[in-house]
Amino acid sequence: MTTTTELVSYEDALASYDPVMGLEVHVELGTRTKMFCGCSTELGAEPNAQTCPVCLGMPGALPVVNATGVESAIRIGLALNCSIAEWCRFARKNYFYPDMPKNFQTSQYDEPIAFDGYLDVQLEDGETFRVQIERAHMEEDTGKSTHVGGATGRIHGASHSLLDYNRAGIPLIEIVTRPIEGAGERAPEVARAYVRELREVIRALGVSDARMEMGQMRCDVNLSLRPNGTEKFGTRSETKNVNSLRSVERAARFEIMRHAAVLSSGGTIVQETRHFHEDTGSTTSGRVKEEAEDYRYFPEPDLVPVAPSREWVEEIRAALPEMPLARRTRLLADWGISATDMQSILNAGALDPIVATIDAGADAASARKWWMGELARSANESGKSLDELAITPAQVARVTELVTKGDLNDKLARQVIEGVLAGEGTPDEVVDKRGLKVVSDDSALGTAVDEAIAANPGVADKIRGGKVAAAGALVGAVMKATRGQADAARVKELILDRLGVTEG
Amino acid sequence: MPGITREEVAHLARLARLELKPEELDHFAGQLDDIIGAVARVSEVADQDVPPTSHPLPLTNVMRADEVRPSLTPEQALSGAPAQEQQRFKVPQILGEE
Repeated sequence: MTTTTELVSYEDALASYDPVMGLEVHVELGTRTKMFCGCSTELGAEPNAQTCPVCLGMPGALPVVNATGVESAIRIGLALNCSIAEWCRFARKNYFYPDMPKNFQTSQYDEPIAFDGYLDVQLEDGETFRVQIERAHMEEDTGKSTHVGGATGRIHGASHSLLDYNRAGIPLIEIVTRPIEGAGERAPEVARAYVRELREVIRALGVSDARMEMGQMRCDVNLSLRPNGTEKFGTRSETKNVNSLRSVERAARFEIMRHAAVLSSGGTIVQETRHFHEDTGSTTSGRVKEEAEDYRYFPEPDLVPVAPSREWVEEIRAALPEMPLARRTRLLADWGISATDMQSILNAGALDPIVATIDAGADAASARKWWMGELARSANESGKSLDELAITPAQVARVTELVTKGDLNDKLARQVIEGVLAGEGTPDEVVDKRGLKVVSDDSALGTAVDEAIAANPGVADKIRGGKVAAAGALVGAVMKATRGQADAARVKELILDRLGVTEG
Repeated sequence: MPGITREEVAHLARLARLELKPEELDHFAGQLDDIIGAVARVSEVADQDVPPTSHPLPLTNVMRADEVRPSLTPEQALSGAPAQEQQRFKVPQILGEE
C-alpha cells in the first residue's frame, strides 16, 4: 500500500499523450419517498427506521415506481437535450454485496429512459465545450455499510460489517457521458466544468439539492491516454466517488500524470477502479476489473415498463425552467459585465443572491457591488458561504433603496450591513438603533460647516480665491465631525455658498 | 431427465434460510421437479421469432404518488436478522486480509 506512484509532469504527459475521459455522475433525487416504496428519504433518521418489506427485499414484496422519480428523470433527460424513450424497462443488476438486501440493484440496462444528449459547459475563460451525453437512467441507492474491527473503518481487515438500509432504495439518476475527446490539456478543467454545469442544471430543475459534500451527487472519473495523433483509446482507470468539484479536476490531472509515467516507461495500464484521496490529491488502486463484470442483467419482472406518452414529455419540456448557461449568458448581457466578472460571481456563489436582490427591487450594479464586496469579504472572513450569511437578499435590497433615497451613504450602508450581519435586526432597525441617518438638514449641517471654515482659515481663503477643489478638505472635516453621517454633496454646496463661490 | 435433486432443494432452503423437515424436502423436490419440467416445455415452443416475456400482463406506467407510507420499526426490520449490532444488520467479514 505504501509504494509510491511514479508520475511525470503534467506538461510532459500532455506533450506525448492525448487524454480521453468518461464521466459517470450519480444524482440522488430529492423525492419525499424511495424509488420503489413509500419509505421516507428524510436524512437523520435512526438506523433502519426507514425500511419496509420492499426495500429490504422480503419475499413476495412488490415494488411500484415513484411517479415523481420518473418525472424527474425525464426532466433531467430533457434538460440534457436527450431523447426520451417511448418504452423502457427496469433491469436487475445482480451482485453479491450486503449493501443491497435484495442481492440486486434495480436499475436500467439497455433501455435507459433518456439517451443521446449533450451539455454545453463553460470554462473559466468563457470558452464553451460540448460534452456528449450517452444516457441517463433510473436506479436506486444502496444501504450504508460500517466496517468494524479494521483500521479507520476500512473494509480491509474488518472483522464484520454493519448495515443500515435507510438509504437503500433512494432514487438515483446515473448520467453517463460519451468519451470526451479533444479537450487536450484542458481535460481536467472540462471535467470540473461539466460536473459544475450538471450540478447547476440539477438545481435549476429543482430535482435535487445536488450537494456533493453530502453525497447527493457523486462522480466517477474514467480516464485513458492515447499517444498524440492516434485514434484508438488506451486502457482506462476508473476513479470512484470523487466528491467535490476540485477533486474531479485533481483526480483527472493526477491520473493523466500517472498513466503517462506508466506508458512512457513501457508499462501497461491495469484496468481497475481507483480511490481518490482528498488529502494528497492522489489515487490508489482499488479493484482490478480485467473483464467487464457479469451482473446477469435481466428485465425486472416485478415492475411494468415505463412508457411516457409524448404528450406528457412535451408538457414536461414546456415547463422546464431557463437553463443555467442560457441564464448566465442573458444576465451577462443585461448587466453589461465581462465573462471574467461573471466567472468571479459564479466562483463566489453570488449569482443567486444577486438575482434575488434585484428581484427584491435593487438595481443590478448595487446588488453586484454589495454581494461581491462587503458581503463576500464578510463571508470569507467568517468561513461561510454567501447564502449562510445572516442577511437576506430582500434586506440587501432595502439597504440599496435607502442609499438611493439619500437616507444612507455608502459608509453608513456598510455599517447597516454590519449590524444586520451581527444580528441587530432589519436594516431599518439597525438604522434606528445605531442612529445611522445621513444628515442633510441645513440647520444641523450649518454649525459643522461654520466650525470647519473657522478651523481652516487657510483652506477657506484658497476656496475664496477660486480653488474649488480645495473644498474637499473642508467636506472631509465636516464628515469627520458628523461621524460620516453628513450628506457630502449638500455639505459641499453649503461650504461654497458660505464662501461666496459657485462651482464650475 | 431429473430437474432438481433433493440435495439441491436442501441447499436452496439453506440459502433462503428456510428450515425444512426431511419429509418436506422430499415433498418439495418432487413438486419443484414438476414445475421445472413444465417451464422447460416453454423453451421447446419458444423459437427465435417469439420475443422473451418480461411481464405476464400487458401493463405500462403503473406508478405511485410520491407520498410517504409508514415504514417498519427498526425492531420489526431487524426481527429476521441472524445477527444485529447497534440497530444494524450484522454481516460476516466481506473481504479477507489483503
